[in-house]
Amino acid sequence: MSSAPRTATERTKLPYCHESFHNLQELRHSASLANKVFIQRDYTDGTVCKFQTKFPSELDSRIERTLFEDTVKMLNNYYAEAEKIGGQSYIEGCLACLTVYLVFLCIETRYDKVLKKISRYIQEQNEKVYAPRGLLITDPIERGMRVIEISVYEDRGSSGSSSGSSTTSSSGR
Amino acid sequence: MITRKVTRKWEKLPGKNTFCCDGRVMMGRQKGVFYLTLFLIVGTCSLFFAFECPYLAVHLSPAIPVFAVLLFVFVMAMLLRTSFSDPGVLPRALPEEANFIEMEIEAANGNVMAGQRPPPRIKNVQINNQIVKLKYCYTCKIFRPPRASHCSICDNCVDRFDHHCPWVGNCVGKRNYRYFYLFTLSLSLLTIYIFAFNIVHVVLREYRNIFEHVVSLTPHCTVLEVLVCFFTLWSVVGLTGFHTYLISLNQTTNEDIKGSWSGKNRVQNPYSHKSIIKNCCEVLCSPTYPSVLDRRGVMLEDLSSPTPSDASAASTHQSSNPVSQTTKSSAPLIPNEHTPDEAKPGIGSGTQKSTSSPKEEKPPSPTSPNAVAPAVIKESSH
Repeated sequence: MSSAPRTATERTKLPYCHESFHNLQELRHSASLANKVFIQRDYTDGTVCKFQTKFPSELDSRIERTLFEDTVKMLNNYYAEAEKIGGQSYIEGCLACLTVYLVFLCIETRYDKVLKKISRYIQEQNEKVYAPRGLLITDPIERGMRVIEISVYEDRGSSGSSSGSSTTSSSGR
Repeated sequence: MITRKVTRKWEKLPGKNTFCCDGRVMMGRQKGVFYLTLFLIVGTCSLFFAFECPYLAVHLSPAIPVFAVLLFVFVMAMLLRTSFSDPGVLPRALPEEANFIEMEIEAANGNVMAGQRPPPRIKNVQINNQIVKLKYCYTCKIFRPPRASHCSICDNCVDRFDHHCPWVGNCVGKRNYRYFYLFTLSLSLLTIYIFAFNIVHVVLREYRNIFEHVVSLTPHCTVLEVLVCFFTLWSVVGLTGFHTYLISLNQTTNEDIKGSWSGKNRVQNPYSHKSIIKNCCEVLCSPTYPSVLDRRGVMLEDLSSPTPSDASAASTHQSSNPVSQTTKSSAPLIPNEHTPDEAKPGIGSGTQKSTSSPKEEKPPSPTSPNAVAPAVIKESSH
């Protein structure tokens, strides 16, 4: 995955980047929240945590489909890893039962470890892929693992016009 | 540096739970029966340790009280773990998510004639080639995930809801079901153990008395213990057996009571692995799920902070969302046959304790309670 372009001229060359955001910091200061898109859970495989990879139409003009799908698939893989019932979960369960679950005061559960990985991954995705496009992903754990919330930002300088506007006005900030 | 009292998220959680130890302990609302459970277990075991164990340790084996102690500790640990942990509460939808779902429902239903009752809010999903209906929860404003149910006592949607157990003073759900099962199992063993050794004690004593021609009345406490154990046995052992049956079929008490998977015309249980061992493994040996409530997270209180990065750093939960809102769910309830009368609100009711940064220009718009669906004003239109 390519890293975020650093200079303003590089950013304007991105196909979906008509707002010039340096990074997350600038996103907070210079953009206003326009909309939120919610990616729902996919229950076809049961109650395991998995999100739909269907590309929402609201993001059509904001980000490439493949990037979005890659992010969601990666998240699904992480969650599948966390919820895998196998050798490690048995050992963890038995050890915990024998120690009357006091062992969790000392060690972290596997799920918690994977959640930290997910959090880092989302942070990295936001910095490299989503913030340059004026989007921001919220970690699903903050929404009860029900949805992936994607906040859509609009540049303050673009006078409240629709975000589908094709003007590449990079007003100097 | 101004020191201000830190408000943790558990203080603002909706629902009727009780919290202790600054959010570390989470219980249901009514705790009276839980105290009774504690009293019965601790009381009976104390009598056993005080009166039976000295005799048995001397005349039979010192391993008897040792094993009893271990069993007692395990029972108490499982009970406290079941009672004090988050059963798998699903947090309520924040206003944006609630509005998004409302719009989806509206789009799906099309136009509803004035005066006509809107169709029930149900989503059909296919799980393992079976059609399962997901119901909409009017309190939490979400479509309940499969196997989740709303507990009216705790006023929360709980994932893999089994039942609300007054004996443990908490709901039994995804996160604490195995502790609940281990509690009933170990309590059955403890009850049988105490009952058996009480009988042994009585028999030994009377036997010796016959030899030594000594008249002795069986101590009152032994009789008391036998009585308590006798009545506990039937209920607890029965309950353990029932839950063992449910686990082998990968069903919840809620589903069993409602008959969700029984009957010819009904859907077969899509969650069962068709193998008892696999079902048991899934229920008892699956990874420990985390709580999604973040009870001890710090609420972002400073509304006028110009640098949200500082505020978000204060939050114990690492958030990449700069406008992370910890608002109390305050979207007015849509009146219908499910919402109780006292919940019919006025416009913009509820405490909208929004901690959003001033970047967000338009707050969620207030809605009219008479409308079927709220009107949402959006800044941008595609």
